[in-house]
Amino acid sequence: MTGSSSSDRENDGSKQDWLDSRLPVRRFLTTQFRHFPMPRSANMLWTVGAMLSAVLVLMLLSGLVLVMNYTPTVAGAFASIEAIERRVPSGWLMRSMHMAGASLFLGALYLHLFRGLYYGSYKKPRELVWLLGLLLLVMTMITAFAGYVLPWGQMSYWGADIAGKALASIPVIGPFTERVFLDGSQPGDGTLHHLFVLHFTLAFAIVAVVGLHVAGVHVAGSGNPSGIEPDRKGSLPFSPYFAIKDAFGVAVFAIVLTAVMFLFPDLVTESANYRPANPLHTPTNIEPEWYFLPFFGMLQAIPFKFGGLVASVGAVVVLFLVPWLDQSPVRSARQRPLIRLSMILLVAAFVALGLAGQHHMEGSWLIIGRCATVFYFFHFLVVLPFVSRRERAVVESAS
Amino acid sequence: MRMAFFIPVIAAALFSASPMLAQTRPDHDHASPQHWSFEGPLGNFDLATVQRGYLVYEQVCSSCHGMKHVQFRDLEGMGLDAEAVKSIASSYQIQDGRDLSGALKYRHGLPDDAFPTPVKPAGVPEGVVPPDQSRLTVVYPGGPDRIYALLTGYGPAPAGMAVPSGQFYNRFASGRMIAMKPPLRGGEVHYPEGTSATVEQEARDVTTFLAWVAQPHLAARHRTGVRVLVYLLCLALLLFFLKRRIWSNVE
Repeated sequence: MTGSSSSDRENDGSKQDWLDSRLPVRRFLTTQFRHFPMPRSANMLWTVGAMLSAVLVLMLLSGLVLVMNYTPTVAGAFASIEAIERRVPSGWLMRSMHMAGASLFLGALYLHLFRGLYYGSYKKPRELVWLLGLLLLVMTMITAFAGYVLPWGQMSYWGADIAGKALASIPVIGPFTERVFLDGSQPGDGTLHHLFVLHFTLAFAIVAVVGLHVAGVHVAGSGNPSGIEPDRKGSLPFSPYFAIKDAFGVAVFAIVLTAVMFLFPDLVTESANYRPANPLHTPTNIEPEWYFLPFFGMLQAIPFKFGGLVASVGAVVVLFLVPWLDQSPVRSARQRPLIRLSMILLVAAFVALGLAGQHHMEGSWLIIGRCATVFYFFHFLVVLPFVSRRERAVVESAS
Repeated sequence: MRMAFFIPVIAAALFSASPMLAQTRPDHDHASPQHWSFEGPLGNFDLATVQRGYLVYEQVCSSCHGMKHVQFRDLEGMGLDAEAVKSIASSYQIQDGRDLSGALKYRHGLPDDAFPTPVKPAGVPEGVVPPDQSRLTVVYPGGPDRIYALLTGYGPAPAGMAVPSGQFYNRFASGRMIAMKPPLRGGEVHYPEGTSATVEQEARDVTTFLAWVAQPHLAARHRTGVRVLVYLLCLALLLFFLKRRIWSNVE
């Protein structure tokens, strides 16, 4: 017994060395996912990244099942979705998972973004991690939009129509851009095919960028809530301390996902999209999914269309500039009372914009929406640079 | 606690996902909410009611309304066996090409056919298209409550209101007028022994059938959801204790 097990171990060892000397899988996993030092004070918000990775895998798997049964044509799309929901074995399950997963994906992404913004995760040496993360946000938004058009229901069609009109409002190149996007003058077979290919391709491109994003984190190291590096409490190896914490976070996320997809699907589905697309009948109430509502609000807050487009695209673009707008050596909002207050107001403005977008900027919602739009940009373009300059002056005079 | 800060974010996510408030004042009476077994996160279908509702669809609704996305074999989900489905299917006429003189040809339905949409239903005025019923309870504003109210809400128009010909007064229809003539009279549907075919009973049954056909997997979805939730709650609890145990030597 003893002899055989020891020779097994030797064989095992040599086998691992054989692989490791050719492709250092074991060394990589050991250094990056076992011994990788994590700041001891990282809180539960540091598990959102793991939740996002988990839901991404779920989206790819359920998406692959759906795509096997989906027909990307105007004539066949809606019927193929109905067939998936009614007759494909477990089709309803895969589609519920994909729809609820998309919503929670964006939700978790916003939470992850907020964490980065609040604790200053965009500062040196993590600028590239921040930029890659924002690239992921943009890619995910495009993928989500494209995916929403695929069932070719009423909201799909008119959503594509609004996107086309928004593109058309760009001066000079607008009409050309719209034509390329729609592949015609109104949403049709070409649009659907474009968006289908885009949705499918971007999904895998996202996986690649996630790889770069995580690699960036592993080179720069994880930040911590206090923003003082290295963490005063010291660090702990990723495994088992943070592996178990991530596992718990993912389980909590899975509970929320399960509750939404099985028991409360109405939270993430729009009943009007169960009507097939009808180019002759404009729905009375076109609104995007909840995760686009704040940007939809900005689009409506500006009285002319191109201005609205600039505001809502600018709201994302300004995030890319944050590492340069805020060059203060103080990282975390915990140490920056003014930033902390402004961040709370920023979240409130984002929510208010969403609600205003949902109410189509009617009545007092227009004023609220405009104030919120102004504050959103005020935070990034005025508060951040101003506080950052003051803090730098204080730090320089102290040293 | 620092975590108190994230409550607004979570609240925002939940709040902004809540369904839209009505934008305009409705031009019809509000349908009073009914008690439906399929409502709520744990709703279920009584298949006997669904089957009775199907009889109403077959004997009344189907003369004008089709269900493009529902195939006959989907009825197995409401507790019918393959033989029953076959005989139901063959009782429908399915359009199948044209003969040599160019007239439409018809054949008996097969389980893989969809419920046909009548091409020119008798008694329906020109330009009126009876809506498809595959997803009616989901897409119809007001849902099952309003469908039930509509089916039972016909009556004489109040004095002073002119109802044009081809329209019927119904206080739950938008504009209080509808092109559908009163579909249920009571007693016209052949129910199995023991159920009296009153208008209310027929309306309730057919609404339940329409809700089932709109979401045939609703009961399975709820059942699976509860199981998965119980499993995940146990898993999360175990992971929580494991985490506490692993972290006990550093904290």
